[in-house]
Amino acid sequence: MGMQTIGRPTAPITAMGGEAQTVSGSKGLMQHEDLIFEVGATDKTGVDLPEPKGKASRLGGVTRKADTGLPGLSEPEAVRHYMRLSQKNYAIDLGLFPLGSCTMKHNPRLNEKAARMAGFADVHPMQPQRTVQGALELIDELATWLKTLTGMPAVAMSPKAGAHGELCGMLSIRQALIARGEGDTRKRVLVPASAHGTNPATAIQCGFIVDEIAADTRGRVDMADLKSKLEITDDIAGIMLTNPNTCGLFETDIKEIADLIHAAGGYFYCDGANFNAIVGRVRPGDLGVDAMHINLHKTFSTPHGGGGPGSGPTVLSDALAPYAPVPYVVKDQDGFHLVEAAEGEASEAFGRMVAFHGQMGMFVRALTYMLSHGADGLKQVAEDAVLNANYVQARLKGVMTPAFDGYCMHEALFSDEFTADGIETIDIAKALIDEGYHPMTMYFPLVVHGAMLIEPTETESKQELDRFCDALASVATRAAAGDEAMKGAPYLAPKKRLDETRAARKPILKWTPPAPEAIAAE
Amino acid sequence: MRYLPLTPEDRTAMLNTIGAASVDDFYEDVPQSARLDGQINDLPDHQGELAVDRHMAQLAGKNRTASDGPFFVGAGAYKHHVPASVDMIIQRSEFLTTYTPYQPEIAQGTLQTLFEFQTQVAAMTAMDVANASMYDGSTACAEAAVMACRVTRRKKVVLSGGLHPHYAAATRLLCEAQGIEVVQLPPAIDGELELASNIDDATACVIGQSPNVFGTVTDLSPVADAAHAQKALLVSVFTEAVSLGLVTPPGEMGADIAVGEGQSIGNPLTFGGPYVGLFACTQKLVRQMPGRLCGETVDADGERGFVLTLSTREQHIRRDKATSNICTNSGLCALAFTSHMTLLGGKGFKQLAELNHEAACDLADALEAVPGVEILTPRFFNEFAFQTPVDAEAVLAMLDERGVLGGVRVSRMLPEAGMGNVILAAATECTTQDDIAAYAAALKEVI
Repeated sequence: MGMQTIGRPTAPITAMGGEAQTVSGSKGLMQHEDLIFEVGATDKTGVDLPEPKGKASRLGGVTRKADTGLPGLSEPEAVRHYMRLSQKNYAIDLGLFPLGSCTMKHNPRLNEKAARMAGFADVHPMQPQRTVQGALELIDELATWLKTLTGMPAVAMSPKAGAHGELCGMLSIRQALIARGEGDTRKRVLVPASAHGTNPATAIQCGFIVDEIAADTRGRVDMADLKSKLEITDDIAGIMLTNPNTCGLFETDIKEIADLIHAAGGYFYCDGANFNAIVGRVRPGDLGVDAMHINLHKTFSTPHGGGGPGSGPTVLSDALAPYAPVPYVVKDQDGFHLVEAAEGEASEAFGRMVAFHGQMGMFVRALTYMLSHGADGLKQVAEDAVLNANYVQARLKGVMTPAFDGYCMHEALFSDEFTADGIETIDIAKALIDEGYHPMTMYFPLVVHGAMLIEPTETESKQELDRFCDALASVATRAAAGDEAMKGAPYLAPKKRLDETRAARKPILKWTPPAPEAIAAE
Repeated sequence: MRYLPLTPEDRTAMLNTIGAASVDDFYEDVPQSARLDGQINDLPDHQGELAVDRHMAQLAGKNRTASDGPFFVGAGAYKHHVPASVDMIIQRSEFLTTYTPYQPEIAQGTLQTLFEFQTQVAAMTAMDVANASMYDGSTACAEAAVMACRVTRRKKVVLSGGLHPHYAAATRLLCEAQGIEVVQLPPAIDGELELASNIDDATACVIGQSPNVFGTVTDLSPVADAAHAQKALLVSVFTEAVSLGLVTPPGEMGADIAVGEGQSIGNPLTFGGPYVGLFACTQKLVRQMPGRLCGETVDADGERGFVLTLSTREQHIRRDKATSNICTNSGLCALAFTSHMTLLGGKGFKQLAELNHEAACDLADALEAVPGVEILTPRFFNEFAFQTPVDAEAVLAMLDERGVLGGVRVSRMLPEAGMGNVILAAATECTTQDDIAAYAAALKEVI
C-alpha cells in the first residue's frame, strides 16, 4: 500500500479559500431543500382520490373542528424533496460505517425483495390462522435458526427492538423470581460500568435496582468487585452482561460469572448486541446464559433505516422458557397456530409486550439472510468481522492508543491518549467526516477516556479497510500534532458543526408559521 | 459467499499484518468447552439468490393476502393503499441503510424528515409536540402510562373498557413491573366516558380510546375535565391514524398525551410489524417524553439545521435515570408515514378519511339489511362491531369459505367478555362496492 496521495492530509481546507456563495443555496450536486411546510401548499395533493359522495355521517358529531393545515406536494415535487434530502445522508451503501456496537453491515437487496412479497407484506395479523400458515411457518423456521445458533431451547419473537428484547429477558427473570416467591426480595441487578445505556434503563423499567460493577485494567468485568457485590446474595436478581463486551473483548471469566450468579440464586442476562462476533463460533447457551436478545438489525443485516425499525427476538434458557410472553407459534398435527392468551398452555407467561406478533418484515429479511449465508457462511461472517476489526486495530495502533492490549473481537477500541491538548475525540470524528467517512462511535464505552469504538463488519473489502485506515491515520496524526483546524471540522459536509447546546436550551421541535409581522416586513 | 468481499489471499495478508497465525487466535479468550468447531448441525449451508428467493416465495404463497378478495379485517391494523412513490422513497439507500442520526452534519436528510414528521403528527393530533416515533401504538400507550406516573408522581392508571385489549395488556405489563396500580374497566362498546367517574386524587392518568377497539368514536372532553379536576392526565389513544382526518383529535378534547398506531399511513400490514408508534403531548410535558426528539438549531455558519435533542432524557446519556429504555425506534416507518402524508397534504388526508368513513357507512347499511344482524357500535369511523345469532368464529370460517375475510371476532382478543357472537368489521378506501355486496350476500347465506 503506497502512501495516501489523495487529498491534503495536513490542511485540507484552507486551500479552498472562501466558500462559493450561490443564489439558490445549492452547491453543485448538493441541492438546497426547504421544509415541506415552506415549499408545499394546503390545497395541493400528490394523490388522486375519488370525490367523497357527501353521504350522511355516522360519526354522531364527534368531528374534527380545525383542519390540520398541513401542506401537500404533487408527486414530482415530493419525490424531489426526498431525493434532495437523501443526498444529505451518509449510508452504508456509500461507504464504510464504522459505528462500534452498531454493526453497520451491507443490507442485501434480496431481503428487501422478499419482505415485499405480497404473501408477507399484504397479510393482516388478525386474519384467521389457517390463512396465514406460511407466515407462521416462517416465524417457526426463523426461531429454529435462532435457537440452534445460540444453543438455547426457547425464543420469544415479539420484542420490537434490542432494548425491547432486554425488557423481555428481564421481565422473564422477574416472572421467574415471582414464581419462586422471591419477586419482592430479589431486586438487585448487577450491570458493568461498560454496559450499553439500555441495560440499566431496562432494569429500572422492570422495577429492579442497578448495582454497577467496575471494569478491570483488561477491559473485562473486575472479578474482585463482582465477588464483593455477591457477598450478600439474597437480594440478587441477576446480571446484565454484554458479551463480547462493549470494549470489543470476550469476557474471559464468563463461565465463572455465570456460575457465581446462578449460585447466588440469580439469572444471567446477556446483551446480544455483539453476537456478530461469535455467531457460528460460540453458542451463548454453552456459556450459562439464561436470556439474550438478538438484534436482527445488527447480526442478521436487516437495515437500520435511520433509526429503526429493529427486531429483538430473545432466546431463553429452560429456567426462563415457561415465562416467555405471548403470542408465540406452536406446531401440531393441524399445522401452525398462535398461542395468544396467557392461559392454558401459556398460563405461566409473563404477559403480552406488543399488539401483534413481532416484526414480521424484519423476520423475512433475517431469514432470507440466514438462508443465503447458511451455517457455513455465518461462521465465516463472524470470522471475517473479527479479522477486519483486528486488521484495523493493527493498522492504527501505531498512531492511535489502543484501549487494551491484545486482540479484539469485532470492534477495535482506542482512547484519546494520543491526541494533543485541546484536540478531543469529537474533533477526530468530525475531521473523519471531511475524509468521506461516518465517524466511529465516540465517548462510548464510558470506561475508556475519549473512547473511539470502530466496528468495520465483515462486508468491507481489504481495499476499503486500507482506504479508511489511511484516512483515519492521517486524522489521528493531525490530532497528535494539535492541528487546530480540526476544531472547525467538518468543512465539507452538507452542514458545518451543528450547535446542539442551542437546540436543547430552547427546543424547537416542530415548524411553526412565521408571525404575520415577519411576513409583512419581507 | 456473495456478501463477503475478503478473498483467501486477503485473509492471509491481513493475518500477516496483524501477526496472527489464524482467526482461531482471536477466539483464544473463549473457554475451550464453549468453542464450536466444524459444522453447525441441523442448519443448511449457504444458497444462491435463486434458491433462497424460491424458498421465500413458497412460504409467501401459503398466505392469503388482503388483496386476494373482499377483506374487512381491522382491530388495530388496517389495509390501506400506499402510493408507489412512498415505497421507492424508503428504499433510497441513504435512508434505508443509514443509522440513527448521531452525526447530524451527515444526517440532515433523516433529521429534516423527522422534524417534518414531528410537525405533521403534532398537527394531526392537535397536540403541541410529537416525538420521532415509538415501536408501535401498543408500546407507545404503555410508555404514556408510565410517563403520566412520572409527571404526576402518582402510581395508578385507569384503562377504559374500549381500549384495545393488546394495548391494555402491554400497558398493564409495564405498569405492574414498576409497581403501578392498573384499574381496567370492563369491556364496553360505548363506555369511554365511564373513565370520568373512576378518577381520584391518586390517579396519574386515565387512558381512553377514540375510535375505540369496537370502533366507537367519543368526545373525551368530559373525561379530560374530570381528570384535570383531580390533577390527573388524559391519555388519548387511537389505532387508526386515518381517523384523525375526520374525528375529533386528542388535542381538541384536552388530552395531555396522545398515542396511537401510525401504520395506516404509508405502511403495509406485514402481519403486524414493523409499524410506527405515534407519541405527542403538551408543551409542558416535553422533558418527560420517552424516545428521540429532533430539534432545530444552526450550524457554525448560522444556517438552519437539525439535531437529535433533549437527549439527557435518554438511556445513552442518563442510563438508569432515563425516561425510557427505548433506543432504536421506527425511523424508516416514520419516513413512510411522513412521505405519504406529504403526498396527501391536509386536503388529501381529510378526503381519505371521508372515503374511509363512507365505505364503512355503506358496509353498515349493507350488513344491517341482513336479517339477524345488529350493528352494536353507535358512532363509528371506519370500523364497527356487529352481532349475529351465530358464534362469530363459525361465521368467519364460513365467510372465509366463501372468499370473504369478514373481520375479527371479539372473543379472539376478549375471550371473557361474553361477546362470542360479535364481529369487528373494518372498511377503508380499498373496499369496493362489490366487496361490500359480496360480504352481505355471504353473510346472508351463513347466518
